[in-house]
Amino acid sequence: MSPAPSPTTDTVLEVSGLNVSFPSSDGAVRAVRGVDYALRRGEILGIVGESGSGKSVTSMAVMGLLPNTAQITGSITFDGQDLLTLSEQQLNGIRGDRIAMIFQDPMTSLNPVYTVGAQIAEAVRAHRDVTKAQALERAVELLRTVRIPNPEQRVSSYPHELSGGMRQRVVIAIAMANDPDVIIADEPTTALDVTVQAQILDALKAAQQETGAAMVLITHDLGVIAGQADRVMVMYAGKLVEVGSVEDIFYTPRMPYTLGLLGSLPRLDQQSERLTPIPGSPPSVVNMPPGCPFSPRCPLSTPECDDTEPVLESVGTDHRAACHHSSEVSGARPDEVFDTATVDADALGEFVQAAEGQA
Amino acid sequence: MPEPRTSTTLTDQAQLAQTPGAAPVDREFTVAERSQTQLVFRRFLQHRAAMISLVVLVLLVLLAYVGGALWKYDVGEITPDNSVPPSLDHPFGTDAVGKDQLAQVLGGTRISLQVSVVVTLFATAIGTLWGSIAGFFGGRIDTVMMRIADLVLTLPLVAVAAMLGHNFGGTWYLIAFVIAGLYWAYVSRVARGVVLSLREKEYIEAARALGATNTRIILRHLVPNALGSILVNLTILVALAILLETALSYLGFGVQNPDTSLGLLVSEAQTALTTRPWLFYFPGLFIIIIALTINFIGDGLRDAFDPQQTKVRQ
Amino acid sequence: MLAFALRRIVISVPILLVASFIVFALATYSADPLGPLLAKNPPPPPSVIAAETARLHLDQALVPRYLSWLGGLFRGDFGPSVVSTQVIGDQLAGRFWITIRLVVLAMVIALLLSVVVGVITAVKQYSKSDYAATFLGFLFLAMPSFWLAILLKQGGIEFNGAVGTQAIYTIGSSSVPAPKGFWANLVDIAGHLVLPTIALALISYAAWSRFVRASMLETLNSDYVRLARAKGLPRRTVMVKHALRTALIPLTTVTALDIASIIGGAVVTERVFQWKGLGDLLLTSIQTSDVYALTSWLLVAAVVVIVFNLIADLLYGVLDPRIRYA
Repeated sequence: MSPAPSPTTDTVLEVSGLNVSFPSSDGAVRAVRGVDYALRRGEILGIVGESGSGKSVTSMAVMGLLPNTAQITGSITFDGQDLLTLSEQQLNGIRGDRIAMIFQDPMTSLNPVYTVGAQIAEAVRAHRDVTKAQALERAVELLRTVRIPNPEQRVSSYPHELSGGMRQRVVIAIAMANDPDVIIADEPTTALDVTVQAQILDALKAAQQETGAAMVLITHDLGVIAGQADRVMVMYAGKLVEVGSVEDIFYTPRMPYTLGLLGSLPRLDQQSERLTPIPGSPPSVVNMPPGCPFSPRCPLSTPECDDTEPVLESVGTDHRAACHHSSEVSGARPDEVFDTATVDADALGEFVQAAEGQA
Repeated sequence: MPEPRTSTTLTDQAQLAQTPGAAPVDREFTVAERSQTQLVFRRFLQHRAAMISLVVLVLLVLLAYVGGALWKYDVGEITPDNSVPPSLDHPFGTDAVGKDQLAQVLGGTRISLQVSVVVTLFATAIGTLWGSIAGFFGGRIDTVMMRIADLVLTLPLVAVAAMLGHNFGGTWYLIAFVIAGLYWAYVSRVARGVVLSLREKEYIEAARALGATNTRIILRHLVPNALGSILVNLTILVALAILLETALSYLGFGVQNPDTSLGLLVSEAQTALTTRPWLFYFPGLFIIIIALTINFIGDGLRDAFDPQQTKVRQ
Repeated sequence: MLAFALRRIVISVPILLVASFIVFALATYSADPLGPLLAKNPPPPPSVIAAETARLHLDQALVPRYLSWLGGLFRGDFGPSVVSTQVIGDQLAGRFWITIRLVVLAMVIALLLSVVVGVITAVKQYSKSDYAATFLGFLFLAMPSFWLAILLKQGGIEFNGAVGTQAIYTIGSSSVPAPKGFWANLVDIAGHLVLPTIALALISYAAWSRFVRASMLETLNSDYVRLARAKGLPRRTVMVKHALRTALIPLTTVTALDIASIIGGAVVTERVFQWKGLGDLLLTSIQTSDVYALTSWLLVAAVVVIVFNLIADLLYGVLDPRIRYA
């Protein structure tokens, strides 16, 4: 089904120099600013970042699902062709067949007026010349793969009759319907209960193993990445700021932002007294000034950081980071760089006094 | 955590972003929040059709009241010229008995505007109160109150208004009360829907959890958030009232002589469409301009109050 | 679903009763059916007035009078008309079909037009065609129905004058006397329907097309349409099967809510084209203070509105699987 890997590389999807901007009344919103990455066959690539960092827009660009107002430059190479140059019709031959996508909110991802079976069968029939009955049979089989109980009955359920976790399994079933080469999962567990998240990640893993697809796993949750991904890309303000293996990112991060993210994550495997939150909030991507976008929040910021934006440079084997101070970050613990979360003692004292005064 | 900044103008925002040398906190150019009122106002100003409509409508109102008072002929005044086509002396021509049509149309515009304003004020006041009470209390009170509103909505408005207009009508304010007595039911439905949806909103619950009083919740949260829907419906109501008044007057159950309205003028002119077409077109044109501009203003308000559509998908 | 329909019908009975009583009371207290008789010159003899008073049950108090009218309804008797030779039930029945064919045809055309315009303007949002259709829609929304109808009628008259023959009918709902033969009759009726239907449909479609546009824009931006596109479905399938199909569901409710105002619009349109339909009956009844005819008319109109709403609700249940009538 999949074409033979090209002789020189086993890269299945290659994004280079991707820029996406949206016009707005306040100026162009530069959602993605020069993103390059290569997805290897069968690997799971995690993309981490806060909301607005451009991680979703990057993958929507791959799917060709951005609104017409989006201005896109760069190239997205899949199977030897640049997806950005394809017509809508040519893209339709690839979408859902070779590249599939899973969206964040299972409550709204399915059409309320069709049964889940019909919606899976539709995905099958869009690319395979099979009868409706055969497609429905395939739907039952897919529902079983994503571990939905009683798939024979569930296939004729409407979305509103299923829980959020079940609906997300249906969406996963749709994504794996045609054994794609690439599955893009955009925050697949974010909208779900914590208890269901692990099950959905299992279902995703099952889908990935079943189809042998490479997967792009987009999330803001480092915990999800740690358990699933082979490689990780960290995005900030529309740019890649650090790329590396899971081990690189978790144990030897070279960009203060990554370090900050790790410091904000409660961990059981390390002894640490306190969490170290990153102060401030991500910048607006309208009218960005020169310099490193993370500089205003960065404890290591120097005048150089405000003048020139650092580029992604190799800091190890398959490990790249964009930071003027990446060597200083090397080996540092989050609480050595960021302030730990502390309670304002004065404010607390006032609060206690006020409470006592009322009593 | 730095204090959230509220930038007052757009230029503030731009200047800030262009000044890299500013203090560290300022460099953290988060999207500045603008107050709801400023956003609404700004979006309304950007709605070109609504702005043009507003200007046209204001000019029309001025023309009807100030222009009507200054114009050399009065409503109902009979001039020696009968059946004169539009000319310098009679810009809208005259009718068969010599009434100056410009004076008539301006007089009719005044009555039609007054009818619609009275209708809108009363129907909005009663309907909003009715619907909010029903929505706020819910349960049996809601059921009974909305059944009564449904009852009014089940009957063709024109038919009931014609019946009442025939029996109570004639003068413009009576017609206005008759129409308001029917339109409130529409308003009450809208108001109830708004209250019901707002009641469930998290920020209302949050305010309640923080111990806000009912009065504070209503004044600080319900009213400002319902204002958009109410204003938009207000404009729709003005346009609907004008159209219903003209239809009633056309059927002969609305404003009667010696009062005049735009609908009455068209009605009187329909038999003379081939011989004195100006009598038909000018009042009709005024009805259309009024209803059209008001609808566009309503559309502009709707856009301005609905931030949803400016949301950029990320 | 049958149980739901039955329950809805049962619920609407008290509404109809209360509505009819209020209308009956309003009509009774605001007009004197004997007015035209008393105004005659020379005045009619007291015996005539007394006989008329008894015939119209004017000697009874309001409540017994209403109750006897209500009781008559079950026997198919709509009460005495001020025109002693006229039977209100026959009048209503004969004119009902004249008006209902105008109302239903105009609605169907308006619905088709609104879906086509709504979809095009939503898909081509902010394009020239969107702006043009939007402006046209606003124009029709702002136009008094009778003004547009009179213009169309005048256009028809001038067209007939230009071609020198009666190409378009501008007066009445059918020719008098009616042409012989079923097909000739049908063509005649259809010919008379053209202009009034256009007038009524143009007035109604504008609001609906705005609604379809908004509804369609919402579904076009929905996550499930995005997923449908991500499946690689052809654009047409995404548009029709996912966006339009779901966007049209709420239109049933909106249409049903507008039934009463379309009947109102038909009254005005009939007046312009001098149809002897329900509209004419209403206006005559008002003018002659024909209390029984007036109340019966409004009752029939209310029943039509309720039936249409019931159909819309049932249709909603069929179209939207989330709604299940237990």
